[in-house]
Amino acid sequence: MGAFRRSAIWIAPLALGIALPWLAGGNDYVLSVLALAFIYAIATLGLNLITGYTGQLNLAHAGFMAIGAYTVGILTVDHGVPFWWAFMLSGVVPAVLGMPIGWLSLRLRGYYFAIFTLCVGTIINLVIEKWDGLTHGVSGIIGIPAPPGFGPVQFSTPRAQYYLALGALVMMTWMMQRIVRSLVGRSFMAVRNSEPLAEALGIPLMRTKLLAFVLSVFYAGLAGGLYAGTIRFLGPDVANIAHTFDMVTAMLIGGLGTVAGPIVGSLVLPWITQYLQFMQDYRMIVFGPLLVVLLIFLPAGMVGTLRNWRARRDSQALAVAQPDAAPAHEHRAAAAQRHGHA
Amino acid sequence: MDQIVQLLFNGLTLGAIYGLVALGLTMVYGVLHIPNFAHGALYMVGGYVAYTLISKLGLGYWWAMLGAGTTVALLGMLMQALVFAPLRKAPELYDMIGAIGVMLFLESAAQLIWGAGFHRLPTPYGQVLQIAGMPFPLQRVLIIAAAFVLVIVLHLFLTRTITGSTILALAQDPQGAALVGIDARWVTYLVFAISGALAAVAAVLYAPINLLYPTMGGLVIVKAFVIIILGGMGSFPGAILGGLIIGMAESFGGFYVSTDYKDIIAFVLLVVVLSVRPQGLLTQGAR
Repeated sequence: MGAFRRSAIWIAPLALGIALPWLAGGNDYVLSVLALAFIYAIATLGLNLITGYTGQLNLAHAGFMAIGAYTVGILTVDHGVPFWWAFMLSGVVPAVLGMPIGWLSLRLRGYYFAIFTLCVGTIINLVIEKWDGLTHGVSGIIGIPAPPGFGPVQFSTPRAQYYLALGALVMMTWMMQRIVRSLVGRSFMAVRNSEPLAEALGIPLMRTKLLAFVLSVFYAGLAGGLYAGTIRFLGPDVANIAHTFDMVTAMLIGGLGTVAGPIVGSLVLPWITQYLQFMQDYRMIVFGPLLVVLLIFLPAGMVGTLRNWRARRDSQALAVAQPDAAPAHEHRAAAAQRHGHA
Repeated sequence: MDQIVQLLFNGLTLGAIYGLVALGLTMVYGVLHIPNFAHGALYMVGGYVAYTLISKLGLGYWWAMLGAGTTVALLGMLMQALVFAPLRKAPELYDMIGAIGVMLFLESAAQLIWGAGFHRLPTPYGQVLQIAGMPFPLQRVLIIAAAFVLVIVLHLFLTRTITGSTILALAQDPQGAALVGIDARWVTYLVFAISGALAAVAAVLYAPINLLYPTMGGLVIVKAFVIIILGGMGSFPGAILGGLIIGMAESFGGFYVSTDYKDIIAFVLLVVVLSVRPQGLLTQGAR
């Protein structure tokens, strides 16, 4: 596939994204929902880097997004720091906190890592709820300023916020594309596919996984910062594990280990939610089984399935090894043996 | 002195409940290598089923416990049939996520059926015993006694009966078990049934002194994971010991450190232990 064709795939949806506020006829509600979906797409892009590309299920992702959001909330409201200065720290603070957490947790493999991060996510949630002095506890942070504009460009209307979120998503997607196509990105996938093989190739396991983890929480943090500037209210619920599960669902709908997957998934998910609006809190009754059905019948997700199908069509004879396709299925016994479970 | 006894007693109560929940979780892990994130939701469903049996059908406490145990055992088997069996050959990430899907479904379904609010499970054992001038709520005494009996029964079942031995055999060596003619499929269903029943019984024991709500399984499951990691995943004595450690840590920590952060104690303990001994306390060698 030529470089032009590859970028052409991105141009059509981008054009649609730019034109949408006119197409939507200035429907603020739709624009706000989409802006939020873009923000969650950024966080999900990050989750996909550690889970889809590197093979480690991080269940603390919403927690790190919340840390980014609270960084902006606390700095702007309690300390009068200008929004954009605070925003710049919203990715850095989770990344710095993520370093020791990643260093501890990434020594654990598979299930252990997932469970460890589940605990980390729970701790973040509980700390936000209980540490009144810093986070205002359950009453939350209100009155977060809207991101100030630059000259004539202002970010206070839903339409402007839509473009802000879209712009951020485009930038973060471009950056993600660069990361996964680089040598570093390839080493993430090597670690995912086989740790012993990656090590034999001279890839430093710990450093590689830690880099993927820190980059991933950096994405989550920035998404949190944007979230704080868009919603302008924060409560402990931001860190709720349920949001991590939402992101996992979005990632699976779109396709693990693809750049477009998390974006497609994050855009499809709120649509389903809208569709299920009448169910409100009960939407998980549909989500849960949806997740299971996807795992069993569409394990590569929408983007991954499409790409596998196209790859098969393009080369009927050759079994093309997809460098960044979803992880190959392997026999459980082999997986268990690899981790030395007895 | 009285205070210490009370804290020990409360720690033992918590430890017994956590141990029962962790025992089911570790059994499924030991035999199938599935970290069943939906185990906490099974625990929650058990509590609600008993609540319905008592308040709507007027059943007695013990009958309700039996009903809840049976229902959740069936639910566990259904889960294995619909979710984990089809995912048997998928990467391990997938059954983890599949279990999360089941958990989300069960929590939401419980909210739909029983509402988001709190319920209290009635108990016929609301009295308080006075021993040596100290108060011991009867329900808590019951929890400790019931957990003790259950653990012994389970131990006898696993070591003294053929069926039990097949479970142990499968946990130790799946290939060897297949060689001697053990039908692994049947055993996996049995394991899920026992695991579910244990969770349900734990919920019916604990719910009268706690409350019922749709997400009540959330913290319990995370703590149960902490416990089985502390005790070594798949280890039965480890689950019981781990349960007692966490129960005591919460009882004493809640009193001496802070009640606000008592739910964090288990996780901090895990972070510390995994930092020093990634393989857990009771396991030897590398994972």
